[in-house]
Amino acid sequence: MKIVVCVKQVPASNDAKIDPVTKRIVREGIKSIMNPFDLYALEEGIRLKEKFGGQVIALSMGPPKAEAVLREALSAGADHAILLSDRAFGGSDTWATSYALAKAIERIGHVDLVICGKQAIDGDTAQVGPGIAAHLDWMQAAGVMEVQVKDSSIIVKRMHEEGHDICQLQLPAVITVVKDINTPRVPTLRGRLAALKYELPVWKPADIGADPEKLGLNGSPTRVVKTQPPDPRQADTIRIEGTPKECARALVHELRLRSLI
Amino acid sequence: MLTLTDADRKQYENIWVVAEVSSGRIQPVTHELIGKARELADASKSQVWTVVMGSGISQMAESLFAYGSDCVIAVDDARLNGIQDEIEANVLVRLIRKYKPEVVLCAATTKGRALIPRVAVKADCGLTADCTGLSIDPENGDLLQTRPAFGGNIMATIRSPKHRPQMATVRPRVMKAPEPDKSRTGKIIKESILDTDADKMKKIIEIFQSKEAAFNLSDARIIISGGRGVKGPEGFELLKRFASKVGGAVGASRAAVDAGWIGYNHQIGQTGQTVQTTLYIACGISGQIQHLVGMQSSDVIVAIDINPDTPMMQMADIAIVGDLFEVIPEILNEIPKL
Repeated sequence: MKIVVCVKQVPASNDAKIDPVTKRIVREGIKSIMNPFDLYALEEGIRLKEKFGGQVIALSMGPPKAEAVLREALSAGADHAILLSDRAFGGSDTWATSYALAKAIERIGHVDLVICGKQAIDGDTAQVGPGIAAHLDWMQAAGVMEVQVKDSSIIVKRMHEEGHDICQLQLPAVITVVKDINTPRVPTLRGRLAALKYELPVWKPADIGADPEKLGLNGSPTRVVKTQPPDPRQADTIRIEGTPKECARALVHELRLRSLI
Repeated sequence: MLTLTDADRKQYENIWVVAEVSSGRIQPVTHELIGKARELADASKSQVWTVVMGSGISQMAESLFAYGSDCVIAVDDARLNGIQDEIEANVLVRLIRKYKPEVVLCAATTKGRALIPRVAVKADCGLTADCTGLSIDPENGDLLQTRPAFGGNIMATIRSPKHRPQMATVRPRVMKAPEPDKSRTGKIIKESILDTDADKMKKIIEIFQSKEAAFNLSDARIIISGGRGVKGPEGFELLKRFASKVGGAVGASRAAVDAGWIGYNHQIGQTGQTVQTTLYIACGISGQIQHLVGMQSSDVIVAIDINPDTPMMQMADIAIVGDLFEVIPEILNEIPKL
């Protein structure tokens, strides 16, 4: 099986503030990590390869420093890694990001399965996985918690609000996985050393035959027009202090006044 | 990519809602979305259309007029069972090209979050996930879509100026459902699946509906929720007693869930469930923004915390300064038998 695992470099913390003067997002000194959900995608890819043979290719789009997450993927057991990095990719929304990744997957060629994490913790959109499937016109399954390979198909189990379902998809396909699917391994020292030596290819738009009109800000239907801190909830807080018994009495009184209990 | 001129954009009208159908029923989030769509349609002098896809849904279609829908497109087919994202996406894209809606709203449920990005890509249009605010810009008629970013630390407002329709998802319980007006009527359009829509189909092996998994915090009228201050699984036992005394459910912050004190299906906040309860009692929850975005539209918020200065204590309607392990047993003594 030829498996592509998409990984994203994200900030380790969401402690973003808005600078009151410049109105820009202040994110200085925040370290970058691999999107936690992608660790499960990577682990699942490596497990499938170990069971059925083939190769795992880690794919990412981002600035040059995003190669760090690809080296992390290599050290965990990915066979190859490719970084899409160019100014032309900058400012991509989920439409343009999934387009670029889909073009790279076409360029890699003969891919059977694409695995993504359920969502990235910085954007939380969960749109890129199904977006890739749409650009490639492949079948998709989002939120997968179990996957088996059967001939040229996969059988996936998905959890949803009302229970779960199990269904079979013809390959090639795109799946997104949730944390329940596995426990990611810790990279070995040998893996880390090999990853350091790996000559990591960096692909530009021309390498993947991408239409420049569909990349970056040009190719993104959405525009962020404003960012601001969230509105605080307006509350005239009633503050209750005293002994536990007094507090309890006062609260029960307040709640009964409002017919809440 | 395909961008539209001003003249092209004018051909797009009406606000669409994609109904959430599961377990053979139209889910309440559909009514919440129709309520919001009604506001947007009134602001842009257009109509609300709802697309219902499912098996045996034709009879249910009429019920949507009462919530503010002017027209319902019903696609009744046994293959539309919530699993075939590929078919549902093809049908929606075809309907979008045929009727040209200006806005398409969809529920940010497991199903909606898988289906609608596929539609947005195929229909060449922008999509904003998990919106908490939607309005029409009076200057140019664009949909202004506000959503939390960076774990809710920042609210971002997004628009798609050159693409139509403008698509957005909204989580259940973020918008309020309107009171149904049974006297409202509307038009039903029947559409069907074409062979070309069903070129790819998953084989269904099992569909399992579990009472357990349906444990839905959002159905509770009262939620007793615990955070780091609950200190461990034993603390949650106290909260469970509190909840059962008042007929409520137990919720939790991410910190408590990450610590393994209670299961993920109790988690409230940006990465958990969004709730809109009548009464929310936060016990030992400091009130990180990612938690607040999941509960702040509750009617009455009570905070119990030993630290009087946390964000939760500041934003609560009633803030009790005290040790929850001492105060809650006293509350249980005070509450009359129900």
